Amino acid sequence: MTVEKKAILQKFPRSPDVLLSLLHALQRTNPQNYLTQEDLKLAAEYLGLPLSRVRDAVSFYTMFSLKPRGRHIIRVCESPNCHLAGAWSVVEELKKTLGIEVGQTTPDGLFTLELTSCLGACGVAPVMMVDDEVFGNLTPERVREILRGIRGAG
Amino acid sequence: MKRLFLLLCSGSACQSSGALAVKQALVEAITEQGLTEEVQIVETGCMGPCELGPILLVYPDGVYYVRLKPADVREIVTEHFLKGRPVRRLLWTAPAPEPRTIPFFARQMKIVLGNCGQIDPEKIEEYIAVGGYEALARVLTEMTPEEVIAEITRSGLRGRGGAGFPTGKKWQAVREARGNPKYVICNADEGDPGAFMDRAILEGDPHSVLEGMAIAAYAVGAEKGYIYVRAEYPLAVKRLEVAIAQARKMGLLGPRIFETDFSFDIELRMGAGAFVCGEETALIASIEGKRGEPRPRPPYPATFGLFGKPTLINNVETFANVRHIILRGADWFANIGTETSKGTKVFALAGQVKNTGLVEVPMGITLRELIFGVGGGVPEGRRFKAVQIGGPSGGCLPESLLDVPIDYESLKKYGAIMGSGGVIVLDDTSCMVNVAKFFLEFTADESCGKCVPCRVGLRLMLSILERIARGEGTEEDLQQLEDIGHMIQSTALCGLGQTAPNPVLSTLRYFREEYLAHIQEKACPAGVCPALIHYEIQGELCRACDLCRRACPTGAVQGTPRNPPYSIIQDRCIRCGACLEACPFGAVVKIPGRKG
Repeated sequence: MTVEKKAILQKFPRSPDVLLSLLHALQRTNPQNYLTQEDLKLAAEYLGLPLSRVRDAVSFYTMFSLKPRGRHIIRVCESPNCHLAGAWSVVEELKKTLGIEVGQTTPDGLFTLELTSCLGACGVAPVMMVDDEVFGNLTPERVREILRGIRGAG
Repeated sequence: MKRLFLLLCSGSACQSSGALAVKQALVEAITEQGLTEEVQIVETGCMGPCELGPILLVYPDGVYYVRLKPADVREIVTEHFLKGRPVRRLLWTAPAPEPRTIPFFARQMKIVLGNCGQIDPEKIEEYIAVGGYEALARVLTEMTPEEVIAEITRSGLRGRGGAGFPTGKKWQAVREARGNPKYVICNADEGDPGAFMDRAILEGDPHSVLEGMAIAAYAVGAEKGYIYVRAEYPLAVKRLEVAIAQARKMGLLGPRIFETDFSFDIELRMGAGAFVCGEETALIASIEGKRGEPRPRPPYPATFGLFGKPTLINNVETFANVRHIILRGADWFANIGTETSKGTKVFALAGQVKNTGLVEVPMGITLRELIFGVGGGVPEGRRFKAVQIGGPSGGCLPESLLDVPIDYESLKKYGAIMGSGGVIVLDDTSCMVNVAKFFLEFTADESCGKCVPCRVGLRLMLSILERIARGEGTEEDLQQLEDIGHMIQSTALCGLGQTAPNPVLSTLRYFREEYLAHIQEKACPAGVCPALIHYEIQGELCRACDLCRRACPTGAVQGTPRNPPYSIIQDRCIRCGACLEACPFGAVVKIPGRKG
């Protein structure tokens, strides 16, 4: 166990109900934004749960991944408001610029493209999130601009 | 001395359109002009008209600057803040002594959203300055738990999360339930597509939710509360964390609040992307660290909830109403609204409507007032077609029902529901079969799979709708959609499944002829379903510029430059519309129905 992961575990009480929060925290420390088999075992042992219970929970929630993902996760809202406002042209632009399909990661490991249900920023549809930041009123040009900005920042 | 107060909307929507860059530009320009002592910048929660963001409200002038760009800021600072001349081209409306006279605001009644956009949500002092935690103080020092419940019951407040269960009755049930400890949960797992009022309240006035929860905890006899919030709302999570920490520091959460025997503390729990967790039993399972699957009720959470203990679950907007009822009295609250639906409701206006954003109106106003009065109607040149209200559990109502009052019972009677308050306005460019299909795709996707009617039934309905959209439907399909829909409504395990057929059933009820056009004429009247439209080039308008031919991804456009007209080979056309977008002369037209 790395020192970093040990520090994370110690922030949580050893109570099964913190499982989701703990998994979020473990996933965040991994630059590839996913939960390793090691992480699942750590969580199970620390909280005194069977490994199957932890896997069971992880597989239910869409925000946890058991496969490596990119450093930045792009989530495009596919809800009706964004759909009506042209979310599909945004997805097409992302696919074209990044050269990947939805659910895939760019070869340089920088971006993973995902779809998400409503992000609750419908007044500025279409909307996407890049990690924790929301971007609204998207057009194909703005998408290119945003990607350039993130690439520039590293 | 501060002379000017700048309220900069920092809700998620405004942040997404660049509010933080505007703030930085403001700080720089104000410093440059040496106005730092005279101008105060306050970052607030959502002001409502999201499509105008970033928004800056300037007091005491009472003017709104809208759609701000960092490049505009220097001019505002030198012209307005320094010389006193508002920059008219950047204003929303002409300067008015009272911003609330703007039509968008004039017809609203802001109670729950009263503080949103007016105070800095990250400063508890600002909340206290406008009467925050006064209701909690009054409850703890002057009222018994029974009196609190009686007051809430008398106010007529009903749950704002969707189902509209009487809040006082729920509190009473938890108070009477046997078992210790008891818990209070705030359902902040807002997931209905098109609804974002809970997010705005959490981001703009988080303390009002904490105060409502504390009052509820006192009434039902709980000492611990949880807020279950979506992980998709990082800003709401951050502001709640700040608010909880500040309330604890001031002794407004924690042991012996206001030096009484009442202790109460709140923990935050984050979801992980599962719509069904908004259902209360699924939400409880998720807080317990399990798969978020619902279970049959009864037993209700009031008697068997979190960790098997009596639990009160209310939604964000419900809790945010509580302090106002305590401070201004049940009678005041009960005077607003209709016979069975009291108070106000926050709606999220979106779709083909001029003013999108968050609005709060008294219960009982008509859909027409909401969409055309507050919302400003559909944009020029378009025609109103339907309003989708209540999200994936709701329904589509046609123009003939625009004068229906908005209350729990009326909406239900006509096949929609209040839901959490998402309102999507649809104009004549929307296909109702496509809209119904869209919502069904969502619920079929989010079905947790535990019960058969929802898991299998929704898939069946979806496959029928897909068939109709492809032009392969039959009239019997419509009967079958209704039969399966009614069966799911009456047999699914939880609210997700029971209400999921509503978008299909309501469009079948009010827009049946549009389904029939797809089936009999093999035509999509709105020109949306790709299998049931075709494109043609109008020879007399074509200038043979070749743009359409170059835009076509399948080589379906034929012609020679400077030798009009061009034409489309229908067998090769995939109806993507690229030629129509490319044509600068309007020669390409989309026509409902297949060619021939």
